Amino acid sequence: MLDMLTAILAIAGLAIVFGLLLGYAAVRFKVEEDPVVDQIDSILPQTQCGQCGYAGCRPYAEAIAAGEAEINLCPPGGENTMLALADLLGRDPIALDEEGKPQPKMVAVIDEDTCIGCTLCVQACPVDAILGAAKQMHTVIESECTGCELCVDPCPVDCIEMKPLEETIQTWKWPYPVVVEQRKR
Amino acid sequence: MSRQLSNFPGGLHLPGHKELSVGEAVAAAEIPNRLIIPLHQHIGAAAEPLVEAGQKVLKGEMLAKAKGFVSAAVHASSSGTILAIEDRPVAHPSGLPALCIVLETDGEDVWCERHPVEDYHSLDPSALRNIIRDAGIVGLGGAGFPAYIKLNPGARTAVDTLILNGAECEPYITCDDRLMRERADEIIAGARIMRHALQASKSLIAIEDNKPEAIASVREALERLDIDDIEVVEVPTRYPMGGEKQLIKVVTGKEVPSQGLPLDIGVVCHNVATAAAVHRSVELGEPLISRIVTLTGGVERPRNLEVRIGTPIEELLPQAGGLSANVERLIVGGPMMGFTLQHREAPVVKTVNCILAATREMDASRGPVRPCIRCGACAEACPVSLLPQQLYWYARAKDFDKVQDYNLFDCIECGCCAYVCPSNLPLVQFYRFAKTEIWSQEREKKASDLARERHEFRTARIEREKAERAARMARKKAAVKGDQGTGDNAKKDAIKAAMERAKAKKEGAGTQPKNTEDLTKEQRRKLAEAKARREKALKDQAPNGASGGKEEK
Ligand code: SF4
Ligand code: SF4
Ligand code: SF4
Ligand code: SF4
Repeated sequence: MLDMLTAILAIAGLAIVFGLLLGYAAVRFKVEEDPVVDQIDSILPQTQCGQCGYAGCRPYAEAIAAGEAEINLCPPGGENTMLALADLLGRDPIALDEEGKPQPKMVAVIDEDTCIGCTLCVQACPVDAILGAAKQMHTVIESECTGCELCVDPCPVDCIEMKPLEETIQTWKWPYPVVVEQRKR
Repeated sequence: MSRQLSNFPGGLHLPGHKELSVGEAVAAAEIPNRLIIPLHQHIGAAAEPLVEAGQKVLKGEMLAKAKGFVSAAVHASSSGTILAIEDRPVAHPSGLPALCIVLETDGEDVWCERHPVEDYHSLDPSALRNIIRDAGIVGLGGAGFPAYIKLNPGARTAVDTLILNGAECEPYITCDDRLMRERADEIIAGARIMRHALQASKSLIAIEDNKPEAIASVREALERLDIDDIEVVEVPTRYPMGGEKQLIKVVTGKEVPSQGLPLDIGVVCHNVATAAAVHRSVELGEPLISRIVTLTGGVERPRNLEVRIGTPIEELLPQAGGLSANVERLIVGGPMMGFTLQHREAPVVKTVNCILAATREMDASRGPVRPCIRCGACAEACPVSLLPQQLYWYARAKDFDKVQDYNLFDCIECGCCAYVCPSNLPLVQFYRFAKTEIWSQEREKKASDLARERHEFRTARIEREKAERAARMARKKAAVKGDQGTGDNAKKDAIKAAMERAKAKKEGAGTQPKNTEDLTKEQRRKLAEAKARREKALKDQAPNGASGGKEEK
């Protein structure tokens, strides 16, 4: 009688243990495809410039998630983005393709006197930051321009110029302190 | 009268150097030829200009109005003509310019029409707050938060204690000390108005015990005015006693929660100079157009001056006897929390309480920087109980997540940690760097989220337009070569059906009904009659013509 009870208890115990293990595994190793792309996309700067060789940030995120692309292809993101991607994906950081220095943020400015209103720039802008109708002067909404430069080439009269975004008291940052440490001899 | 005082952790006993400037009574500074009045002198949004170049204004006239909830108006500090509204250097650590109203003074100094309130008790708190808002009053202790917001407890919170901060704990600065000695009545009057606006149950004035004259002066005024509901609390002299959360802890024993507001524990804290300004705005109708500024350190005649807002700092220096030969730089604020002034033509704004001329000797007192030896002295000195050493390591490594885990944003930048650091590390500079870097990353994140949204919206729109165009094209194509369509989808079927209908109609119209052949004369006549009748009846009802054909049967 006691033997049987022990056996039942042992088996029940085993069942519980395995059940818990399986339950844990289901949660722990859950296959989540899309969230990875989302997470990568949330790290990318959303400049939508295509310099990575993909048609925008999300396609690049998809390519990274699929293991088809390196993590160092985004110049606007620079080193910080590469490091964040390495951190997220557990990959080794790799040097940036080109000069990895972050460029000052630029915005497109249309010379409104020269513009002929052809709308080519409107079609090129990935974030709809250019306003204007056909045969009318066009203008850039500065706060929405990502500085991707995609509108510059299509303009037939070369009236779009990229200008660095001016620093203001509100956007100014304290510089990284320069510290020369002297060691005691 | 004695109250049980509490304590805050850390803190320092610093050499005060207050004797330099405290001796002389406050004098009015000269009104400069040109006042440079920045639109942004406070925390929050810049004020919106109400004037144009060329316009004449009187002293006290509003030049720019508060824009949005957290903002403050600015006023003409003297009478004269507006020359321009343009970018000018301002007193900011960045040295960057900001939009200012340039006012050429006419030397007359004529007031605009003022509207003093006879009896503030007759006004409800919100009307009082509006007066204080329109008077452009911000916290004069240094932070510059619009005062009317801090006088609005909201509907749900009851304010227990109003604390007037007269601690003035930072070395060298004596403007509040002089104010308390000379204008205690104004402070008390302001305190009573503030208390009414807040509906606070009690109010007190906290003063560090190294200012016995100020304490005596306020006590004397309270007695003379026969006011017994404002308590004077003598607090020990220990830096940073004047920090809002530190003072509240000492006076009430209560702790303001991390990232929280004093209001959360029923306390509101205002600087004594802010109280005096509130009194002037309500009971004299004078907006905030001047403040007391301490000029001290390496100047020949250290003193306090009542300075019109917008006075270029360089024009004040001769009034303090000029700079000593060994002055390296000017500091706006005190030696612990101030910053180096980049442009001496920058104007005095509402938050400038002190101009400290730092001499070579003062600056050289700090030794060479060495690596952190993990001595822990910084943690002992920190009045917020942070771990400055950890903050330093993570800020230095630019690990902005970790540095926030260690409550970077609770740091009040008091500089106690750096002061005691035996390795002379510029700790606060690292914290300031990390804070502005994190804010900038947050701004970038917001911008990139917006860009993502707009890009997705655009992509979706283009897809939709493409689909619509394709559908239109398909319809047209199908219409052109209809019987080639062998598809089985509804659209093609519909097209086919439509074409069949058209075909049938065409055939129906082109051929005669078979039963009209071999008719008798009588039948033909009746038919012709019916046709005529029908045509007459349906003359303008063309669509029914088709069904009419059936009746011919
Ligand atoms: S290079 Fe960077 S910012 Fe440009 S589209 Fe590719 S991921 Fe986006
Ligand atoms: S492409 Fe150039 S010319 Fe054409 S609308 Fe844009 S800015 Fe004007
Ligand atoms: S006081 Fe300076 S040396 Fe000592 S632990 Fe702090 S940072 Fe390091
Ligand atoms: S500066 Fe910040 S970390 Fe250093 S002692 Fe003050 S509150 Fe603490």
